[in-house]
Amino acid sequence: MESGFGSDFGSGGGGGGKLDPGLIMEQVKVQIAVANAQELLQRMTDKCFRKCIGKPGGALDNSEQVRTGGRTGHPRPLSSGLLLRLCVPQKCIAMCMDRYMDSWNTVSRAYNSRLQRERANM
Amino acid sequence: RSQRGGTGRDRGDTGSTMDPPSAAGLGGADPQLQRFIEVETQKQRFQQLVHQMTELCWEKCMDKPGPKLDSRAETCFVNCVERFIDTSQFILNRLEQTQKSKSAFSESLSD
Repeated sequence: MESGFGSDFGSGGGGGGKLDPGLIMEQVKVQIAVANAQELLQRMTDKCFRKCIGKPGGALDNSEQVRTGGRTGHPRPLSSGLLLRLCVPQKCIAMCMDRYMDSWNTVSRAYNSRLQRERANM
Repeated sequence: RSQRGGTGRDRGDTGSTMDPPSAAGLGGADPQLQRFIEVETQKQRFQQLVHQMTELCWEKCMDKPGPKLDSRAETCFVNCVERFIDTSQFILNRLEQTQKSKSAFSESLSD
């Protein structure tokens, strides 16, 4: 058995079967980042669906379902250049997504400020 | 554009009078791992609250998403965060008070 700093989490290099804490930490960080992204996506989708889609209509009837560039029936390219025939008000959703990110950042900053203020007062 | 305003340092957790679970059991004997877990746990708590507050404050502050976040909405978000933290602290404090008075009462009852 290793002494001191060692044990099963002894620093990597050599020795088969020994876990590298650095690697573990990196992997955990990635997992956390993924989880946060998923969380954000889920809430954003929920909010923007609420904002942009009123009464969900069928593909061809509801005027809200701005699928195309107008009544011509030609699919309008997204700004990214992709041609997607998705029956949603794309401009509304895109704007909503950006505003949601802005809001998220604002909240993050405000919360951080508050925490720092609390710490200063302790 | 940074999404993370994480503190990642000391325990400056607002409104928390409870100690976080010890990271010792998780990190094992490795102090580096232990510290890492403490820091990441703290960061995650922060992130979770940001998610939660953004969701709540969006309902209160965002009427119709426009081409940019106007100053009125931004102010609303900032106020909303402050009020949420205040609410959280108030609830915690008051709960603590009522618990204290309760236990004092029950103590006076027991022999």
